[in-house]
Amino acid sequence: MSVIADAGLVAARPSLREALQARVSQIVVAPSFALVLFFVYGFIFWTIYVSFSESRMLPNYTWAGIDRYVQLWNTPRWHTAITNLFLFGGSFIALCMAIGLALAVMLDQRIRAEGALRTIYLYPMALSFIVSGTAWKWILNPGTGLEAYFKSLGWDVSIGWLTDSQMAIWCLVLAAVWQSSGFVMALFLAGLRGVDQEIVKAAYLDGATLPKIYMRIIIPSIRPVFLSALVVLAHLAIKSFDLVKALTNGGPGTSTDLPATFMHNFTFERNQLGIGAASAVMMLCTVMAVIVPYLYSELRGAKRG
Amino acid sequence: MADLPQYAGSDSAMRVALRWGLYLMLAVFAAFYLLPLFVMVTTSVKSLDEIRSAGLIGLPRDITLEPWQYAWSQACIGVQCEGIAPFFWNSVRMAVPAVVLSTLLGALNGYALTKWKFKGSNIVFAMLLFGCFIPFQVVILPMARTLGILGLSNTVTGLVMVHVVYGMAFTTLFFRNYYVSIPDELVKAATIDGAGFFTIFTRIMLPLSPPIIVVCVIWQFTQIWNDFLFGVSFASNTGSPLTVALNNLVNTSTGVKQYNVDMAAALICALPTLLIYVLAGKYFVRGLTAGSVKG
Repeated sequence: MSVIADAGLVAARPSLREALQARVSQIVVAPSFALVLFFVYGFIFWTIYVSFSESRMLPNYTWAGIDRYVQLWNTPRWHTAITNLFLFGGSFIALCMAIGLALAVMLDQRIRAEGALRTIYLYPMALSFIVSGTAWKWILNPGTGLEAYFKSLGWDVSIGWLTDSQMAIWCLVLAAVWQSSGFVMALFLAGLRGVDQEIVKAAYLDGATLPKIYMRIIIPSIRPVFLSALVVLAHLAIKSFDLVKALTNGGPGTSTDLPATFMHNFTFERNQLGIGAASAVMMLCTVMAVIVPYLYSELRGAKRG
Repeated sequence: MADLPQYAGSDSAMRVALRWGLYLMLAVFAAFYLLPLFVMVTTSVKSLDEIRSAGLIGLPRDITLEPWQYAWSQACIGVQCEGIAPFFWNSVRMAVPAVVLSTLLGALNGYALTKWKFKGSNIVFAMLLFGCFIPFQVVILPMARTLGILGLSNTVTGLVMVHVVYGMAFTTLFFRNYYVSIPDELVKAATIDGAGFFTIFTRIMLPLSPPIIVVCVIWQFTQIWNDFLFGVSFASNTGSPLTVALNNLVNTSTGVKQYNVDMAAALICALPTLLIYVLAGKYFVRGLTAGSVKG
């Protein structure tokens, strides 16, 4: 129900001034809308077009069909990036969810100093991925970090993961989980606090044990939070760029490349604009595949509610 | 859940043990989250000799602030050896105008799209919102060329523009969701009294907005200050923001690796957002949830 129409009714006769007022709103939004049309939609269209063109060093607008995509999928490095995305994304999401939920449930047991603990769990989220990458790089450095420390204690452990192409991806997972799991904890904790206490009390009086109450009542009732957390984390994983740059820079070799670093490397360092654009379009499609069903279900839910 | 323990019957040894286990687990996790910060702080105040001899863990024997001074004003970023100070100020000059402009635009858009709906305003909002979800990789290539054409490559002004454009989706969302909950009757009454679009905005809406302004400013500042992708793509030279300079400093392979300087630089980069988090954590979390769950 529009405000303007109601005001018109009261004034009995819509005046010129009101007609202008109705326009003001459009005039105010117009510049933002124009910016978005150009910088979001126009640019996406441009990138999509370039991905179907002959572009290499410079944009070349000759249509090339799906050549760039064929080239992209024939690049072994792209396969590494995709495999890494699934490895990294999958374990990152699973660990963040598990740790986030565990921490939220533990914090929900009338813990003393809950505020302080929450602050500690969540502060990494305020940091730049470059800062946390720098810190973890130092900690995981085989010569000077934890490994050297353990050796000085006489334990012979090897955690030279950063220089091991099989293990380096797990360093990324470790740092990313460290940075984002506190945030998932905050989401879950907010969800837990919203659960109807009457049902919980009733179940308790019926003799249900605490683990059973969590498994059967509380956790199922916060299912929407799982979905939100999943979408946010998937989004983070697909866009991961800074952390890789700071922690491993895609190395050793190309063993920790992710689509985002692949795209940056091909576009800005190797001057393969067409392939870079094609990889960016693949990333967009992946994000959309996660986001669109989510938004659809959210909007449908909103309409029903 | 907070009420449950009172129904738990007699407290047994089992319960006490569980309680202790719980606190122990929480403490272990706290240590895990604090470890990198602890290591950064202690490393940044140790001398290089001490780092080599004593290694990673352990409190510094002699606290020295030299690495901080060195990082601030002497460390070499590329060929320029003036420390990270110029880049710190780049980040400030980038973040402050970008935050102010994007917040202002978001407030105006949110107000117009909720209180002065027009035909198609919902579609306009949906189209604006789309900007929240795109991976920015899909726009950096044309953006780099556009900035080149405008002569804004490697400038702070160019970065301000980029952050305003791509931050607007979030700020509009914040204000739109906030203004939706403000009763339309307020605006209606003011209209009858003869107030126009901007009078209502400045006299009625803005005075009601401080909570969402704080959330929005914190969110935008954290995002922009911590940004790396735009910085490294559009300004990898003297116009770089601090994150890019820090990454260059840490990944430079020339000379002796000064870990203490790296850590001091990393802490300088982290301080502004960390400070905001400590001072206004409540709003920070609110923005985080609102910005990530996207209403």
